[in-house]
Amino acid sequence: MKLGIPRIRWWILALVSSGILCAALVPLQVESRDVLFEIPAGTWAKRRAGVDAEILPSEIRLVLGLSDILVLKNLDEVPQIFGPTLIMPGQSFRLPFNVASEYQFECTAHASGQMKVIVAEGPTTPWSRLRFRAQHFATRVVSL
Amino acid sequence: MRRLPRGSWWALVSVLLTAAMNVGCQGESYRSGVFDPPRQAPDFELEGSHGAPIALSNYRGKVVALAFGFSHCPRICPVTLSRLAEVDKSLGGLAKDLQVVFVTVDPERDTPGRLREFLGFFDADFRGATGESSKLDALQHAYGVVANRVLSEDKKLKYEVHHSTSIYLIDKQGVLRLLVPFGEPAEDIAHDVKRLLDT
Repeated sequence: MKLGIPRIRWWILALVSSGILCAALVPLQVESRDVLFEIPAGTWAKRRAGVDAEILPSEIRLVLGLSDILVLKNLDEVPQIFGPTLIMPGQSFRLPFNVASEYQFECTAHASGQMKVIVAEGPTTPWSRLRFRAQHFATRVVSL
Repeated sequence: MRRLPRGSWWALVSVLLTAAMNVGCQGESYRSGVFDPPRQAPDFELEGSHGAPIALSNYRGKVVALAFGFSHCPRICPVTLSRLAEVDKSLGGLAKDLQVVFVTVDPERDTPGRLREFLGFFDADFRGATGESSKLDALQHAYGVVANRVLSEDKKLKYEVHHSTSIYLIDKQGVLRLLVPFGEPAEDIAHDVKRLLDT
Protein backbone atom coordinates (compact mmCIF):
# COMPACT_ATOMS: atom_id res chain seq x y z
CA MET A 1 0.00 0.00 0.00
CA LYS A 2 2.80 2.42 0.86
CA LEU A 3 4.27 1.95 -2.60
CA GLY A 4 0.90 2.76 -4.30
CA ILE A 5 0.58 6.39 -3.19
CA PRO A 6 3.71 7.75 -4.89
CA ARG A 7 2.69 5.89 -8.07
CA ILE A 8 -0.71 7.70 -8.04
CA ARG A 9 1.12 10.97 -7.51
CA TRP A 10 3.22 10.26 -10.57
CA TRP A 11 0.13 9.51 -12.59
CA ILE A 12 -1.55 12.75 -11.47
CA LEU A 13 1.60 14.72 -12.23
CA ALA A 14 1.86 13.13 -15.69
CA LEU A 15 -1.81 13.88 -16.38
CA VAL A 16 -1.53 17.52 -15.29
CA SER A 17 1.72 17.97 -17.26
CA SER A 18 0.24 16.51 -20.42
CA GLY A 19 -2.82 18.76 -19.98
CA ILE A 20 -0.59 21.82 -19.67
CA LEU A 21 1.47 20.69 -22.66
CA CYS A 22 -1.66 20.23 -24.76
CA ALA A 23 -2.98 23.64 -23.69
CA ALA A 24 0.34 25.22 -24.68
CA LEU A 25 0.92 23.41 -27.97
CA VAL A 26 -2.51 22.83 -29.53
CA PRO A 27 -3.47 25.87 -31.65
CA LEU A 28 -6.62 27.72 -30.62
CA GLN A 29 -9.68 27.24 -32.78
CA VAL A 30 -12.92 29.18 -32.69
CA GLU A 31 -16.26 28.54 -34.38
CA SER A 32 -16.54 32.11 -35.63
CA ARG A 33 -14.16 35.05 -35.65
CA ASP A 34 -17.02 37.52 -36.13
CA VAL A 35 -17.69 40.17 -33.50
CA LEU A 36 -21.14 41.58 -34.20
CA PHE A 37 -22.40 45.01 -33.24
CA GLU A 38 -25.84 46.24 -34.20
CA ILE A 39 -27.00 49.81 -34.51
CA PRO A 40 -30.60 49.43 -33.28
CA ALA A 41 -33.65 50.93 -34.91
CA GLY A 42 -34.48 54.38 -33.58
CA THR A 43 -30.89 55.42 -32.76
CA TRP A 44 -31.02 58.47 -35.01
CA ALA A 45 -34.50 59.47 -33.83
CA LYS A 46 -33.42 59.24 -30.18
CA ARG A 47 -30.33 61.32 -30.82
CA ARG A 48 -32.39 63.86 -32.72
CA ALA A 49 -34.72 64.12 -29.73
CA GLY A 50 -31.71 64.82 -27.53
CA VAL A 51 -31.70 61.41 -25.82
CA ASP A 52 -28.29 59.94 -25.07
CA ALA A 53 -28.30 56.76 -27.15
CA GLU A 54 -24.83 55.24 -26.77
CA ILE A 55 -25.37 51.81 -28.29
CA LEU A 56 -21.88 50.84 -29.38
CA PRO A 57 -18.87 50.79 -27.08
CA SER A 58 -16.49 53.63 -27.90
CA GLU A 59 -13.66 51.11 -27.77
CA ILE A 60 -13.82 47.66 -29.35
CA ARG A 61 -11.11 45.08 -28.61
CA LEU A 62 -10.32 42.32 -31.09
CA VAL A 63 -7.75 39.51 -31.08
CA LEU A 64 -6.00 38.35 -34.26
CA GLY A 65 -6.92 34.83 -35.30
CA LEU A 66 -9.71 34.56 -32.72
CA SER A 67 -12.04 37.52 -32.92
CA ASP A 68 -10.66 39.70 -35.68
CA ILE A 69 -13.67 40.27 -37.93
CA LEU A 70 -15.80 43.26 -37.03
CA VAL A 71 -19.38 43.02 -38.26
CA LEU A 72 -21.54 46.12 -38.04
CA LYS A 73 -25.21 45.90 -38.85
CA ASN A 74 -27.33 48.98 -39.30
CA LEU A 75 -30.90 48.28 -38.15
CA ASP A 76 -31.68 52.00 -37.95
CA GLU A 77 -33.90 53.81 -40.46
CA VAL A 78 -31.12 56.12 -41.67
CA PRO A 79 -27.63 55.50 -43.11
CA GLN A 80 -24.81 55.50 -40.54
CA ILE A 81 -21.17 56.36 -41.12
CA PHE A 82 -18.56 53.88 -40.04
CA GLY A 83 -15.16 53.37 -41.21
CA PRO A 84 -15.52 55.87 -42.84
CA THR A 85 -18.18 54.53 -45.07
CA LEU A 86 -21.90 54.69 -45.23
CA ILE A 87 -23.85 51.66 -44.07
CA MET A 88 -27.34 51.79 -45.45
CA PRO A 89 -30.42 50.79 -43.38
CA GLY A 90 -30.59 46.99 -43.21
CA GLN A 91 -27.05 46.65 -44.55
CA SER A 92 -24.11 45.10 -42.74
CA PHE A 93 -20.41 45.73 -43.13
CA ARG A 94 -17.90 42.98 -42.40
CA LEU A 95 -14.34 44.19 -41.86
CA PRO A 96 -11.52 41.71 -41.23
CA PHE A 97 -8.35 42.94 -39.49
CA ASN A 98 -4.94 41.43 -40.28
CA VAL A 99 -2.58 43.72 -38.40
CA ALA A 100 -2.44 44.29 -34.64
CA SER A 101 -2.82 48.02 -34.12
CA GLU A 102 -5.13 50.78 -32.93
CA TYR A 103 -7.66 52.02 -35.48
CA GLN A 104 -9.59 55.26 -35.05
CA PHE A 105 -12.81 55.52 -37.03
CA GLU A 106 -15.45 58.15 -37.50
CA CYS A 107 -18.82 56.76 -36.48
CA THR A 108 -22.12 58.59 -36.44
CA ALA A 109 -23.63 55.93 -34.18
CA HIS A 110 -21.54 57.42 -31.36
CA ALA A 111 -22.35 60.67 -29.65
CA SER A 112 -18.62 61.53 -29.83
CA GLY A 113 -18.55 60.68 -33.54
CA GLN A 114 -15.50 58.47 -32.96
CA MET A 115 -14.86 54.80 -32.40
CA LYS A 116 -11.60 53.09 -31.56
CA VAL A 117 -10.83 49.50 -32.54
CA ILE A 118 -7.87 47.92 -30.75
CA VAL A 119 -6.58 44.78 -32.43
CA ALA A 120 -4.21 42.72 -30.28
CA GLU A 121 -1.84 39.96 -31.37
CA GLY A 122 -3.37 36.51 -31.03
CA PRO A 123 -1.88 33.85 -28.78
CA THR A 124 0.61 32.21 -31.13
CA THR A 125 3.39 31.12 -28.75
CA PRO A 126 2.95 28.17 -26.33
CA TRP A 127 3.17 30.45 -23.31
CA SER A 128 0.60 32.94 -24.68
CA ARG A 129 -1.76 30.07 -25.61
CA LEU A 130 -1.47 28.67 -22.10
CA ARG A 131 -2.10 32.07 -20.53
CA PHE A 132 -5.06 32.70 -22.86
CA ARG A 133 -6.65 29.32 -22.05
CA ALA A 134 -6.08 29.81 -18.32
CA GLN A 135 -7.73 33.25 -18.44
CA HIS A 136 -10.61 31.85 -20.50
CA PHE A 137 -11.05 28.98 -18.04
CA ALA A 138 -10.97 31.35 -15.05
CA THR A 139 -13.59 33.61 -16.68
CA ARG A 140 -15.87 30.62 -17.24
CA VAL A 141 -15.46 29.39 -13.68
CA VAL A 142 -16.24 32.86 -12.31
CA SER A 143 -19.34 33.15 -14.50
CA LEU A 144 -20.74 29.84 -13.19
CA MET B 1 -24.11 -5.98 -63.56
CA ARG B 2 -23.54 -3.71 -66.56
CA ARG B 3 -20.12 -2.07 -66.62
CA LEU B 4 -19.80 1.66 -67.32
CA PRO B 5 -17.81 2.59 -70.44
CA ARG B 6 -14.24 3.77 -69.75
CA GLY B 7 -15.05 7.40 -70.80
CA SER B 8 -17.82 7.62 -68.18
CA TRP B 9 -15.37 6.95 -65.36
CA TRP B 10 -13.15 9.82 -66.50
CA ALA B 11 -16.19 12.09 -66.70
CA LEU B 12 -17.26 11.11 -63.18
CA VAL B 13 -13.76 11.70 -61.78
CA SER B 14 -13.51 15.14 -63.43
CA VAL B 15 -16.97 16.15 -62.11
CA LEU B 16 -15.97 15.12 -58.59
CA LEU B 17 -12.64 16.97 -58.87
CA THR B 18 -14.35 20.16 -60.09
CA ALA B 19 -16.87 19.93 -57.22
CA ALA B 20 -14.04 19.49 -54.72
CA MET B 21 -12.19 22.51 -56.14
CA ASN B 22 -15.34 24.65 -55.95
CA VAL B 23 -15.85 23.72 -52.31
CA GLY B 24 -12.31 24.94 -51.63
CA CYS B 25 -12.95 28.21 -53.42
CA GLN B 26 -16.18 28.97 -51.56
CA GLY B 27 -14.29 29.02 -48.28
CA GLU B 28 -11.92 31.74 -49.50
CA SER B 29 -13.28 35.13 -48.50
CA TYR B 30 -12.50 38.74 -49.36
CA ARG B 31 -9.73 40.41 -47.42
CA SER B 32 -11.34 43.87 -47.46
CA GLY B 33 -14.51 45.13 -45.81
CA VAL B 34 -17.62 43.61 -47.40
CA PHE B 35 -21.05 45.22 -47.77
CA ASP B 36 -24.01 42.92 -47.42
CA PRO B 37 -26.23 43.38 -49.28
CA PRO B 38 -24.16 45.50 -51.68
CA ARG B 39 -25.77 48.59 -53.21
CA GLN B 40 -25.35 50.37 -56.53
CA ALA B 41 -22.37 52.72 -56.29
CA PRO B 42 -23.49 56.38 -56.49
CA ASP B 43 -22.72 57.58 -60.00
CA PHE B 44 -21.19 60.96 -60.87
CA GLU B 45 -20.23 63.05 -63.82
CA LEU B 46 -17.30 65.37 -63.23
CA GLU B 47 -14.43 67.05 -65.09
CA GLY B 48 -11.89 64.40 -66.00
CA SER B 49 -8.15 64.82 -65.67
CA HIS B 50 -7.61 63.82 -69.30
CA GLY B 51 -9.84 66.31 -71.11
CA ALA B 52 -13.17 64.48 -71.37
CA PRO B 53 -15.84 64.45 -68.64
CA ILE B 54 -15.58 61.44 -66.37
CA ALA B 55 -18.48 59.31 -65.12
CA LEU B 56 -18.43 56.16 -63.05
CA SER B 57 -20.84 54.53 -65.49
CA ASN B 58 -18.16 54.91 -68.23
CA TYR B 59 -16.33 52.01 -66.61
CA ARG B 60 -19.02 49.30 -66.62
CA GLY B 61 -17.28 46.04 -67.42
CA LYS B 62 -14.23 47.02 -65.36
CA VAL B 63 -13.57 46.91 -61.63
CA VAL B 64 -13.16 50.47 -60.35
CA ALA B 65 -10.91 51.38 -57.43
CA LEU B 66 -12.32 54.71 -56.25
CA ALA B 67 -10.26 56.88 -53.91
CA PHE B 68 -10.83 60.39 -52.54
CA GLY B 69 -7.92 62.72 -51.87
CA PHE B 70 -5.97 65.72 -53.13
CA SER B 71 -2.76 66.28 -55.03
CA HIS B 72 -1.09 68.37 -52.29
CA CYS B 73 -1.66 65.60 -49.74
CA PRO B 74 1.68 65.13 -48.00
CA ARG B 75 1.21 61.70 -46.40
CA ILE B 76 -1.87 59.64 -47.27
CA CYS B 77 -2.63 59.98 -50.99
CA PRO B 78 0.89 59.18 -52.25
CA VAL B 79 0.78 55.95 -50.22
CA THR B 80 -2.69 55.01 -51.50
CA LEU B 81 -1.79 55.71 -55.13
CA SER B 82 1.59 53.93 -54.92
CA ARG B 83 -0.20 50.91 -53.52
CA LEU B 84 -2.77 50.97 -56.32
CA ALA B 85 0.04 51.24 -58.87
CA GLU B 86 1.60 48.17 -57.23
CA VAL B 87 -1.75 46.35 -57.51
CA ASP B 88 -2.01 47.32 -61.17
CA LYS B 89 1.46 45.92 -61.89
CA SER B 90 0.81 42.70 -60.02
CA LEU B 91 -2.34 42.06 -62.05
CA GLY B 92 -0.32 41.72 -65.26
CA GLY B 93 -2.68 41.13 -68.19
CA LEU B 94 -5.74 41.70 -65.99
CA ALA B 95 -4.69 45.30 -65.25
CA LYS B 96 -6.70 46.52 -68.27
CA ASP B 97 -9.84 45.43 -66.37
CA LEU B 98 -9.07 47.62 -63.35
CA GLN B 99 -9.62 51.38 -63.47
CA VAL B 100 -8.31 53.64 -60.72
CA VAL B 101 -10.38 56.83 -60.28
CA PHE B 102 -9.15 59.54 -57.91
CA VAL B 103 -11.75 62.14 -56.91
CA THR B 104 -10.40 65.35 -55.45
CA VAL B 105 -11.51 66.79 -52.10
CA ASP B 106 -9.66 70.03 -52.97
CA PRO B 107 -11.24 71.42 -56.16
CA GLU B 108 -9.72 74.85 -55.54
CA ARG B 109 -6.21 73.62 -56.29
CA ASP B 110 -6.86 70.40 -58.18
CA THR B 111 -7.54 71.44 -61.75
CA PRO B 112 -7.80 68.70 -64.40
CA GLY B 113 -4.24 69.49 -65.51
CA ARG B 114 -2.85 69.38 -62.00
CA LEU B 115 -4.56 66.00 -61.37
CA ARG B 116 -3.23 64.58 -64.63
CA GLU B 117 0.32 65.58 -63.73
CA PHE B 118 0.00 64.25 -60.17
CA LEU B 119 -1.55 60.90 -61.15
CA GLY B 120 1.05 60.50 -63.90
CA PHE B 121 3.72 60.07 -61.21
CA PHE B 122 2.02 56.80 -60.23
CA ASP B 123 0.43 55.41 -63.38
CA ALA B 124 -0.45 57.06 -66.69
CA ASP B 125 -3.76 55.14 -66.81
CA PHE B 126 -5.09 56.48 -63.51
CA ARG B 127 -7.90 58.99 -63.98
CA GLY B 128 -8.73 62.01 -61.84
CA ALA B 129 -12.02 63.81 -61.29
CA THR B 130 -12.69 67.36 -60.18
CA GLY B 131 -15.51 69.88 -60.48
CA GLU B 132 -17.74 72.27 -58.60
CA SER B 133 -17.58 72.07 -54.81
CA SER B 134 -21.32 71.46 -54.53
CA LYS B 135 -21.11 68.41 -56.82
CA LEU B 136 -18.08 67.03 -54.98
CA ASP B 137 -19.72 67.60 -51.57
CA ALA B 138 -22.80 65.67 -52.70
CA LEU B 139 -20.61 62.83 -53.93
CA GLN B 140 -18.67 62.69 -50.66
CA HIS B 141 -21.95 62.56 -48.79
CA ALA B 142 -23.23 59.71 -50.97
CA TYR B 143 -20.16 57.61 -50.17
CA GLY B 144 -19.87 58.69 -46.54
CA VAL B 145 -16.54 60.39 -47.15
CA VAL B 146 -15.45 62.96 -44.59
CA ALA B 147 -13.22 65.87 -45.67
CA ASN B 148 -12.30 68.90 -43.54
CA ARG B 149 -10.01 71.76 -44.47
CA VAL B 150 -7.37 72.55 -41.82
CA LEU B 151 -4.45 74.99 -41.67
CA SER B 152 -1.19 73.37 -42.69
CA GLU B 153 2.01 73.47 -40.66
CA ASP B 154 3.77 73.80 -43.99
CA LYS B 155 3.46 77.49 -44.94
CA LYS B 156 3.86 76.71 -48.64
CA LEU B 157 0.77 74.50 -48.58
CA LYS B 158 -1.37 77.02 -46.63
CA TYR B 159 -4.00 74.39 -45.94
CA GLU B 160 -4.51 70.63 -46.00
CA VAL B 161 -7.63 68.54 -46.19
CA HIS B 162 -8.13 65.83 -43.59
CA HIS B 163 -10.09 63.20 -45.46
CA SER B 164 -11.30 59.61 -45.48
CA THR B 165 -8.55 57.28 -46.53
CA SER B 166 -10.31 54.13 -47.69
CA ILE B 167 -10.55 52.80 -51.25
CA TYR B 168 -13.93 51.70 -52.62
CA LEU B 169 -13.96 48.67 -54.91
CA ILE B 170 -16.84 48.71 -57.39
CA ASP B 171 -17.56 45.63 -59.47
CA LYS B 172 -18.07 45.34 -63.24
CA GLN B 173 -21.83 45.99 -62.86
CA GLY B 174 -21.27 49.24 -60.93
CA VAL B 175 -22.11 47.74 -57.53
CA LEU B 176 -20.22 48.96 -54.48
CA ARG B 177 -18.90 45.72 -53.06
CA LEU B 178 -15.84 46.33 -50.89
CA LEU B 179 -14.03 48.93 -48.85
CA VAL B 180 -10.27 48.70 -48.44
CA PRO B 181 -9.01 50.41 -45.29
CA PHE B 182 -5.86 52.54 -45.56
CA GLY B 183 -2.62 50.59 -45.34
CA GLU B 184 -3.84 47.24 -46.69
CA PRO B 185 -1.05 45.38 -48.53
CA ALA B 186 -1.12 45.48 -52.33
CA GLU B 187 -1.26 41.69 -52.38
CA ASP B 188 -4.57 41.67 -50.48
CA ILE B 189 -6.10 44.36 -52.69
CA ALA B 190 -5.01 42.46 -55.83
CA HIS B 191 -6.55 39.29 -54.39
CA ASP B 192 -9.92 41.02 -53.97
CA VAL B 193 -9.77 42.72 -57.38
CA LYS B 194 -9.15 39.33 -59.02
CA ARG B 195 -12.12 37.85 -57.19
CA LEU B 196 -14.33 40.74 -58.32
CA LEU B 197 -13.14 40.23 -61.89
CA ASP B 198 -14.17 36.57 -61.66
CA THR B 199 -17.74 37.39 -60.59
